[in-house]
Amino acid sequence: MAKAIREVYGSVLAELGEKNKDIVVLDADLAGSTKSGIFGKAFPDRFFNMGIAESNMVATAAGLATVGKIPFVNTFTVFLTTLGLIATRAQVCYGSLNVKLGGAYCGMSDAFDGATHHATEDLAVMRSLPNMKIIVPSDETGTRWATEFAAGHVGPLYLRLSRDVYPDLYAPGTRFALGKGALVRAGSDVTVIACGLLVHKALEAAEIMAREGVSVRVVDMYSVKPIDRELTLSCARETGAIVTAEEHNICGGLGGAVAEVLAWGGAGVPTEFVGIQDVFTESGAYAELLAKYGVDADGVVAGIEKVLRRKK
Amino acid sequence: MPLTERRIGALRETCRSFRIDVLKAIYGVQSGHPGGSLSVCEILTLLYQALMNIDVAKPDDPDRDRLVLCKGHAAPMLYRNLIEKGFLPKDSMSTLRHIDSQLQGHPSNHTPGVEMPSGPLGIGLSAAQGMALGLRLNGSPARVYAVLGDGELNEGAVWEAAMSAQKYRLANLTAVVDYNRVQLDGTTDEIMPIGDIEGKWRAFGWNVIRVDGHDLAALDAAFATAKDCTEGPSVLIADTVKSKGVSFMEGKAAWHGKPLSADDLAKAIAELGGEN
Repeated sequence: MAKAIREVYGSVLAELGEKNKDIVVLDADLAGSTKSGIFGKAFPDRFFNMGIAESNMVATAAGLATVGKIPFVNTFTVFLTTLGLIATRAQVCYGSLNVKLGGAYCGMSDAFDGATHHATEDLAVMRSLPNMKIIVPSDETGTRWATEFAAGHVGPLYLRLSRDVYPDLYAPGTRFALGKGALVRAGSDVTVIACGLLVHKALEAAEIMAREGVSVRVVDMYSVKPIDRELTLSCARETGAIVTAEEHNICGGLGGAVAEVLAWGGAGVPTEFVGIQDVFTESGAYAELLAKYGVDADGVVAGIEKVLRRKK
Repeated sequence: MPLTERRIGALRETCRSFRIDVLKAIYGVQSGHPGGSLSVCEILTLLYQALMNIDVAKPDDPDRDRLVLCKGHAAPMLYRNLIEKGFLPKDSMSTLRHIDSQLQGHPSNHTPGVEMPSGPLGIGLSAAQGMALGLRLNGSPARVYAVLGDGELNEGAVWEAAMSAQKYRLANLTAVVDYNRVQLDGTTDEIMPIGDIEGKWRAFGWNVIRVDGHDLAALDAAFATAKDCTEGPSVLIADTVKSKGVSFMEGKAAWHGKPLSADDLAKAIAELGGEN
């Protein structure tokens, strides 16, 4: 039975805390939601609830990192990457400090709370910070790896986490690596490069397209920064068309990262960008929001059809 | 043990020469912040040259004291102090703000002796708090100093840290407010009146110590009082004068971020008893 991504993250954090006494965890009065509270309950002396003060929380983590601690900072994605940004930029990234940022409710996963609580620009923001690494896990096994990897990696790292349950995709113990993507479905007509929830939507879309005789390759680009350039370029070369898919604005996120690689590599194949079309979202049931804003399987299918019409 | 009169006298002389070196460096690159560098001179010089446990031979000593210059624009005075302590080359002041220099316009922790990047106001006290929290977890006796500007108190994040440092009763943290009463666009009263500055910190639960920020002996005693307070964090409200030491610049907002002309520099150096 698949678990909510935040639940997996919180549990792994507590397991890591047992092994490594230098791990400390901070939250901004959302520990019950982000699940950092699981660590807090196990290690109250190493858990700091900083109140609703994100700037103070991230800057405090920066200070903790300078004295040998490994701080994991938690709150909703949107608050972390806006209110927490000045300390993330000026201290954590500029200072190359060993701080891990966990953005708990990515995309529209905090569905009913509406546009103010949806995080649809965080990848663009975090991607533009030098020294920052970005991982977007897409299932329980991936989240477990990403959290463990974050604890061991020295330097700033951002985990884009979801409130929601994602289906299982990887066998326990699957090997992942920073700077790599995973080929999760073979195909030859077009490649969908996705991250997070949209990996699952892309697989559904690939299944739909298969019925029409279209062979869709799906890549889980869990390492958004650094991105897997080699894999991106080989997909462009081998399938001749790319669709990017993310629960994020189409500006500056995974789609932007892929487009940069394609342009840099001189591999300009027809490309379509599935994501939130540079608008603010709204309240609603999660599935209805995903459908309305075009970030579900139908949205990916539409992207594939569009790109195939353009493919020579 | 308070510093001896002889030591205080020597530090006074050090401050005089540091002021000249800082003004020369800002003049040299025609960019920088003379006003706040001069007002914080005694605070930084006393801490670095007399009170803080730091040693260039052991730059990574886990038990060294830490200082965060929250008001990062006073970087030239920080660099002059770090040169004196041996962290930076003796001749490096003239590279201030120049390309390829270690002496960035605002501090970077990639510069030896600098513990935390600073410049954007409001987040330095939080970072110092993180150091204090971590050092306490490590069982370290080290102390952490955070030097803030008074204009910086406009930033709401300062008060977030003021709340949490009290929550965690960080007795190993001492904040200093360089209360020169002038910010970039005018006096602090004109731009954003702080009102009862002592009362505000006291209301946040801090041990508040008022001190003349240019009186080295008084500052020495104030830092000792802060160290003795084991209940929680202390803050020194240090009354200072913007551009202290150069009469035609003193107390004037115009000198917050304006470099000196050749004539101004000559006059300032003469007044500080230096050689042109």
